Amino acid sequence: MKDIRLMKGNEAIAEGVIRAGCDGYFGYPITPQSEVLEYLMATNTEKRTGMVTLQAESEIASIHMVYGGAGAGKRVMTSSSSPGISLMQEGISFMAGTELPCLLLNVVRGGPGLGTIQPSQSDYFQAVKGGGHGDYKMIVLAPASVQEMYDFAKLGFELAFKHRIQVMVLSDGAIGQMMEKVELDEQLPRLTDEEIVKKYPWATTGKTPDRPRNIITSLDLNPVKQEIININLQKKFKHIEETEVRFERIECDDAEYLFVAYGSSARVCQKAVQLGRARGIKVGLLRPITLFPYPVEEVAKLAKQVKGMLAIEMSAGQMVEDVRLAVNGVVPVAHYGRLGGILPAPDEVIHELEKNFINK
Amino acid sequence: MTEEIIIAGFGGQGVLSMGKILAYSGMMQNKEVSWFPSYGPEMRGGTANVTVILSDERISSPILNKFDTAIILNQQSMDKFEPSVKPGGVLIYDPNGIVHHPTRTDINIYTIEAADEAAKVGLAKVFNMFVLGAFLKIKPIIDDEYIHKGLEKSLPVRRHNLIPENEKAIAGGKKCVKPVQVLS
Amino acid sequence: MDHILTRDEVTVPENLVYSRTCLLTDNALSYCPGCGHGTAHRLIMETIEEMGLQADTIGVAPVGCSVLAYDFMDIDMQQAAHGRAPAVATGIKRLYPHKTVFTYQGDGDLAAIGTGETLHACNRGENIAIFFVNNGIYGMTGGQMAPTTLPGMKTATSPFGRDTASMGFPLKMTELIAQLPGTYYVTRQAVHTPAAVRKTKKAVEKAFQYQKLNKGLCFVEIVSNCNSGWKMTPLESNKWMEENMFPYFPLGDIKLPKP
Repeated sequence: MKDIRLMKGNEAIAEGVIRAGCDGYFGYPITPQSEVLEYLMATNTEKRTGMVTLQAESEIASIHMVYGGAGAGKRVMTSSSSPGISLMQEGISFMAGTELPCLLLNVVRGGPGLGTIQPSQSDYFQAVKGGGHGDYKMIVLAPASVQEMYDFAKLGFELAFKHRIQVMVLSDGAIGQMMEKVELDEQLPRLTDEEIVKKYPWATTGKTPDRPRNIITSLDLNPVKQEIININLQKKFKHIEETEVRFERIECDDAEYLFVAYGSSARVCQKAVQLGRARGIKVGLLRPITLFPYPVEEVAKLAKQVKGMLAIEMSAGQMVEDVRLAVNGVVPVAHYGRLGGILPAPDEVIHELEKNFINK
Repeated sequence: MTEEIIIAGFGGQGVLSMGKILAYSGMMQNKEVSWFPSYGPEMRGGTANVTVILSDERISSPILNKFDTAIILNQQSMDKFEPSVKPGGVLIYDPNGIVHHPTRTDINIYTIEAADEAAKVGLAKVFNMFVLGAFLKIKPIIDDEYIHKGLEKSLPVRRHNLIPENEKAIAGGKKCVKPVQVLS
Repeated sequence: MDHILTRDEVTVPENLVYSRTCLLTDNALSYCPGCGHGTAHRLIMETIEEMGLQADTIGVAPVGCSVLAYDFMDIDMQQAAHGRAPAVATGIKRLYPHKTVFTYQGDGDLAAIGTGETLHACNRGENIAIFFVNNGIYGMTGGQMAPTTLPGMKTATSPFGRDTASMGFPLKMTELIAQLPGTYYVTRQAVHTPAAVRKTKKAVEKAFQYQKLNKGLCFVEIVSNCNSGWKMTPLESNKWMEENMFPYFPLGDIKLPKP
């Protein structure tokens, strides 16, 4: 019998990481994502699977604990919300420089500064364009349902270890706090220490006579070598762009107009597509699931089909820049966003479409 | 069938938990469900609201600005959500503490004196279940058997002894709901 | 004397009284001649070798002069961001409770930018060892004021001497963390004389032994010189250290296990 539960997004991803065989969670409470740490503590991960759950003294300490655990080849993660993720950028950059796999969750709230605790998508640039110092990218997954919050735990760890890269689940307060049905799958076993030594020969598991010592460092004072390190990093990002793009098309086949939206905005647009079609507007929705790598080709392809695109975001216009880059001037691209923690409503969105493209 | 519901009132009135029981019950009856709360400071006593959607199909937006049913438990929520009821939709409210009663003529309006009725029979703690009963009387979209299962799912096992009084309150609510304006 | 022994006649195994620990790599140490870091490195590696812990040990290197510690220590190591070594070590140790984990940090790293991480790792009683080399100055970046710079001491960022009224007082981290129930063994040593070296060696051994017994956090401060940063010869700097550093940072055990 299927294990189906009604869960909050934050609880679903917590359950997801346990079942994905996560070894360690290090985090610090912040609204609207504290349920992750609370759920892990309440479920007693240590007893259930041997997974370590530790409340750190800060987001900075959390991410560096993750860095330590990842360096030793373990499946580790942290979660936070916008101000906390800003604090973590130092450690994320170190993990980018050392190519360590980990899972990061940002349940985005409105900023800048302390901002609000309501849902927002204003951390897109930070997640997708780098965030910390240096030339690097992370894989960024954007869940649009509680089920995806759960699913992306496992997918996130898979991608992280496949490419030795940081994977960020870029969620928001709406997806984190709402409850939906979730179908759970089987518990994956955690890797044993022996399996880690075999699978991840780069990990700091203790130097044995059969191998040279393993050093995890992002430092190389020789600029020539440092350039080579960077070129190789870029090659990896390029490979990811070629192989890991994920998106969902909703009513796109005959669409004359297109919404482009991710996360909870995409859910609002799904409703707007229904409302629009009921009014006779042939509108579809492209929902990027990976924000890096961005579905550039798919957007470009649809640009040849539709008369206009409208990017819907809870930001002043961040993802729309990637839409415009992909469209490259072929069709008009407009943007509509609500700021500071306000969600756009479905008929507000359809009204914007009409205003921009139909009732001009 | 898709039923889009907003439940709104003061924090502490059991708004979120009423929505949760509704969502759990819908899930037990094999419906698609979503439960989207306002969250944050209302935990400390401000206004709270929750959007619950029950549907036979995949739910698109869990976030809405038009509702089939609004369940209103205080004046602020009345001011905010009366205009959000779809024409022909339903507004159910507890008149206790309401100064400005709804004025729309294109919706169905019912009252449930949940606070008073619950207090009369010593069930003040589960007054929100009176409200839920009122809703289920007007919109019988979930069978009693699944409400029971929903209560079992949403209440922790150590609180299962409270299920009978919750069910008693739901039955009470079904009896006490009064039509104010019913469109023909 | 009839015959003066040649070099080859002297260097025979039966005459061996001392050798370089094999857990130090062949890389030339990047530290200034006369600096105490080299000796501190050697003592830690020697202990790991003698206790047979190489395959079991993960070290965490800091930012500062010892940023390249992993170039010299022949064990698995991870380089930490400035000040974060105790958090990195926490992550490793929590996931590998049976391995030996240590951090090696200077005073800027441990007592300024990493104060929070240090204090909380100590307070949680992480089963790790922290080796804290305190020379009262930022050596790597060119001799700026450190949290442990003495009152009146001239540095690149306190050119008229540390004015305690505006720059605060030297921070006695070791005394501070000794107050915390999570720390098990806290000591302050030096490496400027053979006698001091022998005492420090003992302290390093204890730190690793207690870790094996899961006793809690062991903290070994090593007061050291920075002849370059202090702008002195090595000999002068050792004398200055004895006369000025030791009165403020007195050597000896600060917290011993209860018998």
